[in-house]
Amino acid sequence: MKKHVNYLVFIILIILFPIFITENYTLSIAIFAGINTLLAMGLSLLMGYAGQASLGQAGFYGIGAYISAILAQKFGMPVLLSFCIAALVSALAAILLAIPALRLKGHYLAVATLGFGEIIYILLNELGPGGPSGFGDIPNISFFGYKLTSPREYFYVIWGTVFVLIIFSYNIINSRIGRAMRAIHDTEIGSSAMGIDVAGLKIKAFILSAVYASIAGSFYAHYVTFISPTSFSLFQSILILTMVVIGGASNLWGAVVGAVIITILPELLRKFDELDVLIYGLILIFFLLFLRKGIVPTLTERLKRKGI
Amino acid sequence: MFSLFLQFLLSGITVGAVYSLVGLGFNIIYNATSIINLAQGEFVVMGGLVMWFFSQSLHMPFFLSVILTILVVGLVGLIMERLTINPLKNADLLLMIMITVAVSIVLRGILMFKFGKDPYNYPPFTTGEPIMIFGAVIQQQVLWVLGITLACIGLIFLFFNKTMLGKAMSACAVNPTAAKLVGINVSRMIMLSFVLSAILGAIGGIAITPISLMEYDKGPALAVKGFCAAIMGGLGNSMGAVIGGFIIGILESLTAGYIHSGFKDAIALIIMLAILFFKPAGLFGSKASLSVRKF
Amino acid sequence: MLKVDSIWKTFGGITALMDVSFEVEREEIKAVIGPNGAGKTTLFNVISGVYKPDRGNIFFEDRRIDNLGAVKIARLGISRTFQNVELYGHLTVLENVMVGRYARTKAGFFSCGFRLPHMLREEKEIIKKSEEILEYIGLYDKKDFFASELPIGLQRILEIGRALATEPKLIMFDEPASGLNDAETKNLSTFIKKLRDEKNITVILVEHDMGLVMDISDNIVVLNFGEKIAEGTPKEVKNNKLVIDAYLGEEEHF
Repeated sequence: MKKHVNYLVFIILIILFPIFITENYTLSIAIFAGINTLLAMGLSLLMGYAGQASLGQAGFYGIGAYISAILAQKFGMPVLLSFCIAALVSALAAILLAIPALRLKGHYLAVATLGFGEIIYILLNELGPGGPSGFGDIPNISFFGYKLTSPREYFYVIWGTVFVLIIFSYNIINSRIGRAMRAIHDTEIGSSAMGIDVAGLKIKAFILSAVYASIAGSFYAHYVTFISPTSFSLFQSILILTMVVIGGASNLWGAVVGAVIITILPELLRKFDELDVLIYGLILIFFLLFLRKGIVPTLTERLKRKGI
Repeated sequence: MFSLFLQFLLSGITVGAVYSLVGLGFNIIYNATSIINLAQGEFVVMGGLVMWFFSQSLHMPFFLSVILTILVVGLVGLIMERLTINPLKNADLLLMIMITVAVSIVLRGILMFKFGKDPYNYPPFTTGEPIMIFGAVIQQQVLWVLGITLACIGLIFLFFNKTMLGKAMSACAVNPTAAKLVGINVSRMIMLSFVLSAILGAIGGIAITPISLMEYDKGPALAVKGFCAAIMGGLGNSMGAVIGGFIIGILESLTAGYIHSGFKDAIALIIMLAILFFKPAGLFGSKASLSVRKF
Repeated sequence: MLKVDSIWKTFGGITALMDVSFEVEREEIKAVIGPNGAGKTTLFNVISGVYKPDRGNIFFEDRRIDNLGAVKIARLGISRTFQNVELYGHLTVLENVMVGRYARTKAGFFSCGFRLPHMLREEKEIIKKSEEILEYIGLYDKKDFFASELPIGLQRILEIGRALATEPKLIMFDEPASGLNDAETKNLSTFIKKLRDEKNITVILVEHDMGLVMDISDNIVVLNFGEKIAEGTPKEVKNNKLVIDAYLGEEEHF
């Protein structure tokens, strides 16, 4: 029941936010926070629950953005469909990455995913429309004839998706599939001995994280209506990792917290313009050294100890 | 035709030399700690930029600048180890990777702040006519890069195979407990490995800058390629890393020359992924060596 | 029920198992003993599919299993515990047992994600069966503890509970008495016998505690340096000269 209170509070916040905040700029930031949340959720499921490292999430983010944008803009495909196809392509890419990467652990896996993300980035740079400069005129999202134009509409659609996917994700986490994934995280040998198809589930975890990132990418492309490879570089992958580290990888709500913080940070750091890279790094180090479980798990632990 | 090929080959060997040094640096840290230091590239960048600072901005004499640069970068390696690696002694491997990534970001931030985004340069070590061989032009600095790289490689090998200190360092990663039991100060060895790697990277950066300039954000690309070199040779296998570095440099150069320059960065990645997926022990490693290391 | 036929296994230069053969009858309690390094755990790992044998075959209910891999072998009804308890530390006691039900359930990704009716039904069943097992092994009152919070003795029992959840026909115990005191070992002894008698489960057990072995085994296989040097009833093995020689220098008492 406690989980349902979380959901209720969350959906109420989502509904109320654009009613009280009507200024476009703030809404825009909130929209990016939502997109980042989807990215962080995907990584959290993969890393925090299934225990697989990934430094290449930006690759799937980029695939989601480019494929959907190209299909909608150059082939006139309805945006909803292009979202789905982009997700499919991402899923295929995830399988391509996951199958050979299955036997890798720790460092090797992390670097393999990094390599994958970089290759996607290079492909986008070389083969994407407009090359390094990117391209624009990407159509807004429209479904069944209704076109989304205002920030408020995008806010509701994106955060609505976050809400639905959080429920979906928690349903999985608390089901036999989720338990098996968490089991794999703790001990692979102890999982296969219980008949869990470790390889298959790892692949599924990768696919899940890739699809979430792809959806985020598609939202990004159709909201900003202009994309270029720079948004999908290694730094972006690291940013997503930072969100998960700050918020807490082992708790899905941590993804929300981490994403919101990372999205707001550049706004707060605006005056430190040249130091922003430095500050990100310092924050990451701080959390890794002193708060390595992340905000949400640390808070829930402290609250539990106080008997709440 | 041939002279063009030779030209590409040479520029590949030149940049490959730097990759070798980065790969060697990776191995030194890995052999002592089982950690992959993704900030390795930043040591190279610092080598170039700090050298510029001492020699061009402060107008110090060449040798003094070199020594000061090496000291400064070595110090950075030391500080990095003491502040971020040592406190996380028994942490999750993933945490270790992330913290080296974080350090690389911080270093990059500092470099960006101090040096901006412009490329930096300083004169080659010796001025003079380039050498011509079979129609290919070899600048004198290229010979310096190769010579210095080979010298460094030689010294490192001597260090690890012939000196007590070097052997002690090798013992640490294989079995830190046993190392401690025979009186090796593991903590100090780890610190030394970082300093040594930093110095190696710095030397690479100092040597290569007159040829290819240096910018604040060249670190990650160097790190990834150096890591590719280390993987190619088999993580932990220093000779392999060196050979891997040269191979990657040459393949990159040939790809850029004959195929398309945009894809040159992808070559190292593709090779690395191929090796990780099909022969994780590397071209020169063996399956047995994989299990000796804790990942 | 299980037939181990001329198994060889080498690692690099070391031959861990050399031409090992024996059979296990249905509902038998069979012990595998031998000095340290004899190859007992390697044998378990080969049978349960963690390793593939270099030579030889293994048959379970007349079906060849040495080429199947751990996951498929587990699904055929062979379960096991580990020398170093391989529990899911981040999951609760109840959830650990629930994971044991994985192989006997089938709700897929989307069924779970959307909490479809048949998934909910299955989940109810999983919880019910798991709680029953927890009651059977006496851990029901600790069901919401994290597995890592339990003391080692209870962790071993939990691991057995998890193995039971897979509805196995054969369970392999790898040094279940390791780290247990005399009272706990006695409990374990009774418990394993109960498993065989009440649930009709066949048991293979690797163990160093000779008291336990002699107490409950129907039949014993003795390994030394990777070879089988004796097989027979506890009485026969106890008096076998080869076995006694193998243990000289070890602190085992018969």
